[in-house]
Amino acid sequence: MSKKLRPLIVGAGPAGIRAAEVLANAGIRPLVVDEAPLGGGQIYRQRFVPDERTPRDLYGSEASKATALHQTFAALADCIDYRPQALVWNIGPTVADIAVDGRSRRADFTHLVLATGATDRVLPFDGWTIPGVFTLGGAQVALKSQGCAIGDSVVFMGTGPLLYLVAWQYLKAGAQVAAVLDTAPFAAKLNLLLGLPSQPGVVLRGIRYAAELVARGIPVHYGVAPIRVEGGARVTGIAWREAGKESRLACDAVGFGLGLRSETQLADLAGCHFIFDERDRAWRPERDAAGRTSVPGVYAAGDGAGVAGADAAELAGERTGWAILQDANLPVDTMRIRLLEKKLGAIDRFRSILERAFPFPTAWAAGLPDDVVLCRCEEIAVADARLAARQQSVVEINRLKALTRIGMGRCQGRMCGTAAAEVLASSCGRSLEAVGRLRSQAPIKPLPLDLTGEEDAA
Amino acid sequence: MSTLATDVAIIGGGLVGTSAALALRRSGLSVVVLDKGYCGAQASGVNYGGVRRQGRPLAQIPLSQRAHAIWPRLKELIGIDGEFLRSGHLKLARTEAEMAALETYAARVADLGLDLELMGHNGLRERYPWIAGHVAGASLCPGDGHANPRLVSAAFARAAERAGAHVMEHTPVHHVERMPDGFHLSTGAGIDIKARHVVNSAGAWAAPFAAAFGEPVPLGRIYPCLIVTEPVAPAMTVNIGAEGGGIYARQVERGNCIVGGVRGAPLPDADFSRPVGAPAISVMNRAAKLFPALRHAHAIRFWTGTEGDMPDRNPVIGFSATTPGLIHAFGFSGAGFQIAPGVGEVVADLIRDGRSTTPIDAFAIDRFVRTNEGSGADLMTEPQQRETSQ
Ligand SMILES: Cc1cc2nc3c(=O)[nH]c(=O)nc-3n(C[C@H](O)[C@H](O)[C@H](O)COP(=O)(O)OP(=O)(O)OC[C@H]3O[C@@H](n4cnc5c(N)ncnc54)[C@H](O)[C@@H]3O)c2cc1C
Repeated sequence: MSKKLRPLIVGAGPAGIRAAEVLANAGIRPLVVDEAPLGGGQIYRQRFVPDERTPRDLYGSEASKATALHQTFAALADCIDYRPQALVWNIGPTVADIAVDGRSRRADFTHLVLATGATDRVLPFDGWTIPGVFTLGGAQVALKSQGCAIGDSVVFMGTGPLLYLVAWQYLKAGAQVAAVLDTAPFAAKLNLLLGLPSQPGVVLRGIRYAAELVARGIPVHYGVAPIRVEGGARVTGIAWREAGKESRLACDAVGFGLGLRSETQLADLAGCHFIFDERDRAWRPERDAAGRTSVPGVYAAGDGAGVAGADAAELAGERTGWAILQDANLPVDTMRIRLLEKKLGAIDRFRSILERAFPFPTAWAAGLPDDVVLCRCEEIAVADARLAARQQSVVEINRLKALTRIGMGRCQGRMCGTAAAEVLASSCGRSLEAVGRLRSQAPIKPLPLDLTGEEDAA
Repeated sequence: MSTLATDVAIIGGGLVGTSAALALRRSGLSVVVLDKGYCGAQASGVNYGGVRRQGRPLAQIPLSQRAHAIWPRLKELIGIDGEFLRSGHLKLARTEAEMAALETYAARVADLGLDLELMGHNGLRERYPWIAGHVAGASLCPGDGHANPRLVSAAFARAAERAGAHVMEHTPVHHVERMPDGFHLSTGAGIDIKARHVVNSAGAWAAPFAAAFGEPVPLGRIYPCLIVTEPVAPAMTVNIGAEGGGIYARQVERGNCIVGGVRGAPLPDADFSRPVGAPAISVMNRAAKLFPALRHAHAIRFWTGTEGDMPDRNPVIGFSATTPGLIHAFGFSGAGFQIAPGVGEVVADLIRDGRSTTPIDAFAIDRFVRTNEGSGADLMTEPQQRETSQ
C-alpha cells in the first residue's frame, strides 16, 4: 500500500519538513521541492556560504528550533527525494510541472502537500519604488543568507511581529537602525498581555526585542502614517505623520511590511476551494483541522494556508503528514494527532490577539495619493484603479485586472494584489471579501523561454 | 417577473454580438444584448489579438475585407483605437512544401485584394533579421496587423450601450421560444425579453440555441493557449504566423511578446480550461529559437480561452433554416476576432434588408445537412492546413 503513495511536498520550510518527516518515518518516500538552495524556509533560512555566525547569531531565541529542523531535514536525506532550487510552476490533476536546472520536469503525485509559505504583505506609499526600499522579509534574507544589511542607516516601518524582529536582528548584526515606525498605536500592543497566559514565551520575546531596541536608544514611533520616502537614485530620507504632526529622518534604506500574505497560487491551480479569512484580510484555501483542502489528496499547511507563524507551521505540517497516512488507512499515532490539533488551536487563538496588537492599517489604501504607483510591473497608478471603479463601475478584482492591467506583470499580483484589492474596495465601497481574489495562472513565477522540455522526475 | 420588448434580442455580448448591436442601433432598431457574464470576457476578450486576413479560407475573404475596412476606424466607432496596429502579417514557411502552399494560396487570392508579397529565404533575412532558424520563405500581408482584444471587446459593448442598446450583463438566457407574437427569451436575472428578431451569437455556447429550433450543429470547442513574455526591447515589427501552424507571435508596444500555437485542456466544467505544461514549454522553446531577441526572456503568464469550433473552419452566419426572424452568427473556429466587426454589419444587413451584399452562402447553418444529402458544395476541401488560431 505505502509503496504506491507518491506524495509531493512543495516547500521545505517548517511545515514541509515536518510533513516529510512523518511520511518518511512511515516508510513513504515523498518528493520535496523548494526554490531555495537549502532547507529551512524563510524563517530558518540557511546561509549560502558558511561564515563565522552561529545559529544563535542568525536565529536568536529561535536558534534551537532552527537547528532541530535543519538536523531533522539532514537526517531525512536518504529517505526522501529532495529537489532544491526547483520551482513548482504548475499543478494539474495529480501532476506537477517543476522547473529545475534549466529543465521542466513532470512529477506525478498521489498526495500533494502545499507548504508554500508567505511573503510580505505590502501597500504602496509615495516613494516606495525608490531603490533602497525593501520588504522586511527582503531585509531579513539579505542579512541571513548573504550577511549584508540593506543600508548603512535603516528605518523599519509597518506592522507585525516581523517589524521588531528584523529591526532587532539588524541591531544584533551591528547595523545602524535609524528608527522603527509602527503604523499601529502603542495602545494596540497592550493586547499582547492577553496572550501572556497562553503563549508567554512568544509574548516576552516580542517585548524583549522592543525593549532592547529602546534601550539601545533607537527611536520607536507608534501610530505612524507614512507620507513619503525621499530620494532619487537612492533613498535619502523618510517623512511621516504622527499625532497630527509631520516628522522626517535621514536614512539610506527602508524596510517595510504589513504582516504576511499567504502564497496560494498553487492551491488555486490545484482547484482548492477558497474562503475569505477576516483575520488575514485575504482569501486562502479552505482546510480542515488536519490540513485537508476541498480537493481529495491535496493538503495545505503553514503560512501558505493562512498566516500563523513558524511554530504553527511545524505542527500543521506534521498534522498533514498524519492526515495522508489516515487517508491511506495506514496506522497513525492518535494521541500525537490530538496533541497537535490542541496546540494548533491554542496558537490560532493567540493569532487573533497578535492581530489586535499589530493591526493592519485599514485606512491606508483610501488615503493614498492618486499618483502613487500601485502596480510597479505594469506602472499603473492608484488613480487608474480608482478611475476604473468610478467610471467603469468595476467592483471585482479580476475585472480590474482586465481593464487596467494591474497584476498582469512579472509579479502576477503577488506584490500588488493586496493593494489592488484594498484600493478597489475603498473606491467602490464594497468589502474586501466582495471584490474577490485574483485568479492564478501558470506559471506562478516567470519561466525562462528556453527552459528545456519535459522529462519525468525521479 | 418583468418583460422587456425589443426589435432585436442578441444572445451573447462578444465582439460578434456587440458589433451587431452597434450596427443595428445605427439603423434605428431597438436592441437588447444579453450576456451570461461580462461582455467581451470570453473568446473576444482573451484571444491572441491577430487581425489577419491572410490564410483564411477563400469563402471568408469578402467578409474579412469588409471587416478590414472597419479596423482603422475604431476610434471613431468605439472611442478608442484598441491598440490596433497595421503591422503586416508575415506567414513563415519552414519547408519548401510549406512555401509551395503559400505560393498556391497567394495565387488563389491574387484578385481578392490582400496584396500578398512572397519572399524567399534571403529576402526574409534581409527584411527581418530578427527571425532566425530554418525558414524557407514567407508571405507578407502588409495590411494585416494586431490589436488588443481586452480593450476592443469591452469598448464595443460600451459603444453599443452609448448608441442606445440595452446591454444586460450577468443575464444568462436560459430558454428561447418562438410564439405567434415573436420570440420569448427567459433569463436567469428575473426578466423576460420579447423580440421580433433573435441573434444567436453565443460563441462556444451557441449550439443549444440552434438545436432548440431544430438545427443541430457540429459545434466543438477548442482552447487555444497563449504565453506572454516580460517586456523586451522592440524587435518584432510584424505579426508572425506559420504555414501549418505551431507558432504565432506578436509584440505589443509595451514590449511584451504574445506567443501561441498550442492548446490548453478543458477543466471538468468544460466552460473553463487551463494551459498544459508540456505544450506550453514547447511553444516557448519554438519562440526562443525563432526569435533570438527572446532567447533570454521569461514567460510571465499563460492563459487559455474557450472558442467554438466548426469541422470545416467556417463559421455559421445567416438566417435560420427553420425559423423566421432567427439569425445565427457563431463558430468562428479560432479566427473570429478580425472578422467580427464585419459580421456585426452583416447581421444588421440581414435584419434591416433581409439580405447582405457580402456573400455568406458558405456559412449557412444547413450546410452539413446538405453535404450529407450529397447536394452541397465541396466544403471540406481547403488547400491550407488548419491553423490553431490567430
Ligand atoms: C485564446 C484564443 C485566441 C484566439 N486568437 C484569435 C486571433 O488571433 N485572431 C482571430 O481572428 N480570432 C482569434 N480567436 C477567435 C476569436 O476570439 C473568436 O472567434 C471571436 O472572439 C468570437 O466572438 P464571439 O462573439 O462569437 O464569441 P465570444 O466572445 O465567446 O462571445 C460569446 C458570448 O456569449 C455569451 N453567452 C454564452 N451563452 C450565453 C447565454 N446562455 N446567455 C447569455 N450569454 C451567453 C458568453 O458569455 C460570451 O460573452 C481566438 C480565440 C481564443 C479563445
